[in-house]
Amino acid sequence: MANGTLANEVSYLEYQGKHKGIMGWLLSVDHKRIGLMYLMAILIFFFVAMTLGVLMRLEMLTPGETIMKPSTYNSVFTLHGVIMVFLFIIPAIPAVFGNFMLPIQIGAKDVAFPRLNLFSWYLYMVGAVLAVFSLFVGEGPADTGWTFYVPYSIRSAQNVTLTTMAAFVLGFSSILTGLNFVVTIHRLRAPGMTWFRMPLFVWGLYATSWIQVLATPVIGITLALIMLERFMGIGVFDPALGGDPILYQHLFWIYSHPAVYIMILPAMGVVSEILPTFSRKDIFGYKQIAISSLGIALIGYLVWGHHMFVSGMSDTSRIVFSLLTFLVAIPTGVKIFNWVATLYKASIKFSAPLYYVLGFIFIFSIGGLTGLVLGALATDIHVTDTYFVVAHFHYVMFGGMGIMFFATMHYWFPKVFGKMYNEKIAVIACTIIIIGFNVLYFPFFIMGYMGMPRRYYDYLPQFEGWHILSTVGSWILVSGIVFMFGNLFYGLLKGPKAAVNPWGGTTLEWKVPSPPPLENFDEIPVVTGGPYVHDKPTYIMHPGKEGINTNGGPKTINQEAAL
Amino acid sequence: MSEHTQTGEITAAQAAHSEEHGQAHAHQVSYGTYFMVWLGLVALTAVTVTIAGIQLGSLTLITAMLIASVKTALVGYHFMHLKYDNIIIKVFVLVCLVIFLTFWVLTFSDLSFR
Amino acid sequence: MTEHSEVMQEQTHAHGGAHVHRDDEGSKMAMWLFLFTELLLFGGLFLLYGAYRFEYADGFKVAAADMNSFIGAINTIILLTSSLSVALSIAAIQRNQKKLTMAMLWFTILCGLAFLVNKYFEWSHEIHNGIYPGGPALENMSNGEVIYFGLYYVMTGLHGLHVIVGLIFIGFIMVFISRDKITSTNFQKLENAGLYWHLVDVIWIFLFPLFYLLH
Repeated sequence: MANGTLANEVSYLEYQGKHKGIMGWLLSVDHKRIGLMYLMAILIFFFVAMTLGVLMRLEMLTPGETIMKPSTYNSVFTLHGVIMVFLFIIPAIPAVFGNFMLPIQIGAKDVAFPRLNLFSWYLYMVGAVLAVFSLFVGEGPADTGWTFYVPYSIRSAQNVTLTTMAAFVLGFSSILTGLNFVVTIHRLRAPGMTWFRMPLFVWGLYATSWIQVLATPVIGITLALIMLERFMGIGVFDPALGGDPILYQHLFWIYSHPAVYIMILPAMGVVSEILPTFSRKDIFGYKQIAISSLGIALIGYLVWGHHMFVSGMSDTSRIVFSLLTFLVAIPTGVKIFNWVATLYKASIKFSAPLYYVLGFIFIFSIGGLTGLVLGALATDIHVTDTYFVVAHFHYVMFGGMGIMFFATMHYWFPKVFGKMYNEKIAVIACTIIIIGFNVLYFPFFIMGYMGMPRRYYDYLPQFEGWHILSTVGSWILVSGIVFMFGNLFYGLLKGPKAAVNPWGGTTLEWKVPSPPPLENFDEIPVVTGGPYVHDKPTYIMHPGKEGINTNGGPKTINQEAAL
Repeated sequence: MSEHTQTGEITAAQAAHSEEHGQAHAHQVSYGTYFMVWLGLVALTAVTVTIAGIQLGSLTLITAMLIASVKTALVGYHFMHLKYDNIIIKVFVLVCLVIFLTFWVLTFSDLSFR
Repeated sequence: MTEHSEVMQEQTHAHGGAHVHRDDEGSKMAMWLFLFTELLLFGGLFLLYGAYRFEYADGFKVAAADMNSFIGAINTIILLTSSLSVALSIAAIQRNQKKLTMAMLWFTILCGLAFLVNKYFEWSHEIHNGIYPGGPALENMSNGEVIYFGLYYVMTGLHGLHVIVGLIFIGFIMVFISRDKITSTNFQKLENAGLYWHLVDVIWIFLFPLFYLLH
């Protein structure tokens, strides 16, 4: 206990363990420090990929060659996709904020396997280094698009092998994080923290983790087969040897469609955290939101074929996948309606995280509804491989996950760093981001519908106006993002100290100091009620001092907990 | 969720103190049982080799896969101790198999109608 | 990692427990989840096998006729027996019979090595005959046969890799046992190694009929 008390007198940021300085981070198995290490790495890659995106928009400013050659453009959109998908969107919320908040929110001192957690981070870094490496060795970066479709990915002389290797390693990092979280949620919940008393962010992470465990291995073997095909010509994906390229697409999307829900479910979890906090009332339809996370994860396994409507797969299959795709709208709709209902008659406190959430609901609704256009077989064929698709997935990926990542950074900023950012500037930055976002991506819908194909460095003159508008949008968006990060960074350095609970949140992370001490809690708390109850306390933070015996706990606590 | 499963799997803190935690390994299977399972597995191998020799046409694949599944069930149930595991592990295995099966069904919805 | 052990011990102390925190159930759960990922890793390959067998039924039959089902059957028996010995080693450590446990694990390792030696001879025989991806014998074969052998090498190769990993895993476990880190009251690590080894066995239970018998 002596050690523990000592460790708990200072925050996790200041704690000096066996290793000092930078090694105290690189060898730390503390979930909070690992979360921050992920944050730093992920932000670097976000900026790299964002820069690539801006360069692509710049190229599209005028018809013909503006700043780059067609082959360069191919590599740029491939890298933009690979880095954004595998290095930013998939790990961002689970690996950064999942790591940081999951143990605190369920009342644990760390994840189930802290060393495995650190190992995941190192795997992530190895994958990232491989991806960066692929830029500089051999024939230059991959030019296949992030989907690595065969047979081109087998034939391409560019550095496809290293890039797939990077994605392969990143996949294993993702698997191990998911595995760790599933066990943590099953085994380390505080006494009285029943399944339906878990914060909804934890539910989102739980569903996500299952997808990470049960889908990622499939992409692992698929990418490994691409490498083998390139080295040895085993023939499984090579039409010249009798292989079937459509089977590659099946295997790729068996992972990559569920991966879309790896990206969005944690973001939806944060929405369900922020809304009750700033609405100052319990979330509407807690159980429905919790179950719908699992529903989305489950249905996510059944719909991958909608990426392949024009690939040449059977008509039966196309109809089946199209029908199943519509099912996703049900649990998603359940969430949206419950969120909006939470806001109804609430005493809303407007604040930057909430502005982001409102922006999210607006943008994600557009993204989700245009998803139905793409899920419907007939309309999809019209807009396949056009800017319509690009617009749709930027609305759900960036508008969904990206915007929520920004929201999350603001919401948990005081807890993670113990400092406050400037609220006014945060709101202005948020407004610029949401305006810039729509100016950038909405023209894509129009151009796509008019027939502008994706992945071309050139276009017909008739699209010029829309492209210019969109490129201007990218400048607005980027300045908003820079403004936002500048504000957060300034807050980190010069901001006032944050209180324990600046927003009036009700979940466990708002009961521990900002920033939290190394072991999160002096004593494992006892949970006596739901996560979003505002009018009475639902956690006993020092059960020992109050004479509550947790040893005999299960019975007494669980009687109250009756589900 | 029943009272029983809650105490069975809800928190490590509880689990670490409950007596059944230690007993999770108290199922001492007799050496003889394992030998019998092994004999069964070897016998099934013999059966599957023999059947492969006979021309059964399209039934060959089905019988071979059925026998392999039975062998897998034997290994899982006895050697991997699924028989004695908590219900939650059994549910996990079931979820994994169902998801895997859907991959097959949906992929073949394409292949068999092309 | 001292920080780690502090954290985990704290968890117990906070509840007044006397022993060091250990969560065997959680450890087992993690192992099962890991096995699922292995299953789905092979699952992708099995799916490809199924798809191509469906597409090239005749080519697969012709190719499978070349396989030596005797060696395949012997290897099946070897792996089944090694699964038995791992299971017995767990039963033995529960009864505190350390010597028997070690003997059973040595036997498992011998079985694993025997399996690999057989595999080596089998592969080198085929490679000698020009049957390998890009090999001369494949040039005269139909698409179905080429893909059959492509999958054959990938699947048995990946499986062989898992046998090697399993052997290393068991090797580490034996060191732990000899140093009394694994005992009759604390043997989840051995149990996990066993689970892994059984999975390797289960994969082979399917690979054997698919590649050696269905001609």
